[in-house]
Amino acid sequence: MSAAANAFLEATVRTATPLALAAMGELVVERAGVINISLEGVIAAGAFGALVGATHAGVAGGFFVAMLFGVALALVFALFTIWLRADQIITGTAVTLLAVGLTGTLYRALYGAAGAALSIRTIGSLRIPGLSALPLIGPGFFDQPATTYAVYILVPVMWWWMYRTHAGLAVRAVGESPAAAEAAGIRVDRVRLLALLFGGAMGGLAGGTLVLAQAGTFAEGMSAGRGFIAIAIVVLGRWHPGGVALAALVFGGASALQFLLQALGLALPYQLFLALPYLLTLAALAGVAGRVRAPAALARADDTYGT
Amino acid sequence: MIGGRRSPRRFAAYAVTLLVLSTGLLLGAAGFDVRSAFVALVRGSAGSWYALGSGTLVRATPLILTGLAVAVAFRAGVFNIGAEGQFLVGAAAGAAVALSMRSLPAIALIPAVLLAGVLAGAAWAWVAAVLRTRFHVLEVISTIMLNFIAAYLVSYLVRGPLQEPSHVNPQTETIVVAARLPRFGAATRLHLGFGIAIAACLGAWWAIRYTAAGFRLRVAGANAHAARSAGLIDVERVTTRAFLISGGVAGLAGAIEVSGVTYALYENISPGYGFTAIAVALLARLNPAAVIVTGILFGALEAGASAMQRDAGVPSVVVSVVEAGIILALVAVERARRASSTGVSE
Repeated sequence: MSAAANAFLEATVRTATPLALAAMGELVVERAGVINISLEGVIAAGAFGALVGATHAGVAGGFFVAMLFGVALALVFALFTIWLRADQIITGTAVTLLAVGLTGTLYRALYGAAGAALSIRTIGSLRIPGLSALPLIGPGFFDQPATTYAVYILVPVMWWWMYRTHAGLAVRAVGESPAAAEAAGIRVDRVRLLALLFGGAMGGLAGGTLVLAQAGTFAEGMSAGRGFIAIAIVVLGRWHPGGVALAALVFGGASALQFLLQALGLALPYQLFLALPYLLTLAALAGVAGRVRAPAALARADDTYGT
Repeated sequence: MIGGRRSPRRFAAYAVTLLVLSTGLLLGAAGFDVRSAFVALVRGSAGSWYALGSGTLVRATPLILTGLAVAVAFRAGVFNIGAEGQFLVGAAAGAAVALSMRSLPAIALIPAVLLAGVLAGAAWAWVAAVLRTRFHVLEVISTIMLNFIAAYLVSYLVRGPLQEPSHVNPQTETIVVAARLPRFGAATRLHLGFGIAIAACLGAWWAIRYTAAGFRLRVAGANAHAARSAGLIDVERVTTRAFLISGGVAGLAGAIEVSGVTYALYENISPGYGFTAIAVALLARLNPAAVIVTGILFGALEAGASAMQRDAGVPSVVVSVVEAGIILALVAVERARRASSTGVSE
């Protein structure tokens, strides 16, 4: 039982890591009043970047190029939504298609038509002395790749940054009322641009994690909906760093549960558990689990600032 | 909002030019043989009557219908990006009816299958409608969730209650002949669903343009605040109807795919029709009649892309880049026009 529980926790944390990384970035983007649904494409670009970087410059290069590709894609999105004030949903859809098409085409062009199974060295897990010996949670939470620990550090840092610094206040102000923020001297476009670039870097890092800390190879479509899941996680986490981390664990646990159920030989439909986090998110949005409120200016391209 | 009434034909011409150029540049840069790729693209989509009818138009049918679904919703200011999920539940409901009422004659069974698709799609969209009108939940977020839930629902059905009798493959058994849409002749795969798609688009075009309900839909989409202030239009009601119609049309597309093409339900029955539909609708400038043209264009692209991959080794996924290029170019042109005509961004 203990071995099964450990395996379940380990799988939960492993699955949650890239989701949490991408969702932390999207959290800042959404608090600034922008919804970037091309996050799915950003993760795909990050995964591809990790492949390109790692084959030329090792693991560190892989992570660097992954974040670079994520930022580049976020820049395209920012160009259209901030500079042209284009609709965020339409632009996000287009940028996702762009990323899927570009990574697919370049992958075949650079690595052969058949897409030979490339093997990349992964970063391996890092056992934290002491903590990993904790009963129950130790092996699951503290014997993981470094990217998982980045999430642990990020949660309190993000909370502090968002609620205790001027920059964090500026982001939240821009997301609630861009016009008022502008009147207070905040440069709305710049805040949103920086938020988007941060979101791109985090999405790229999430894609890089998939390749360099988990799969050890690249496959087309390996983002597999994680960008959309990350958006759901931001909502379920009620637009708070701690909530987002917990929500990522819920989603990670749901997908780990299917393996546990299969291992235990239970006949329950595993799709139910996979769909459960989405149902939870909808319920949370509808107010079943208390008041959840999105940033007031979210997804509105027609805000009357800077005219 | 995108969706004015300035010359859609000119926009389409820009977009097609851009499409040709951007594809060529990308493929050339990636080191592919551009010439043979284009030859394969054209041959695979319009090189013969068979390619045109059984490739392009069969592929265009779900794109036209889901494109129409998106166009109607966007016209009403409803950002339904859940056409994918509505398509899936429509396909599932259509398959369920086709399998369970197999003793009915075709004249009753086919309409029952299609109706089940419409109702399922509308019901799926209704959830997002209630969430928006009662709880102020952004439909962008709720429809993304509903897309996932629909995908898992189909996955459950084809591995559970609707799985074929031998329980080996994750799919339903093949539907009876009486549940299949008739084809336009023995030598073609083109089925009646294409005609239904055309009729739906023309009907929607007429209704939006010439009926009071269509007027209300346009007003609610153009400026919900003004429509509410004027007191003439119940915006929530119009919004809900737009959701239902949009979902119903996307669900119909799913049922038609099962009844006209696949003859069975399986997990990846939609290669992302609901997302391509957004490009189809935008390129048509949200005009239902123009959706016919843009749907066929994208159908040709996707059918040709398969031939391109087979004959010239060019990955068919390059079509996504073209679709993205079209959307972004349209957005840019639209914004430039608006800026030059009014001097302010709305």
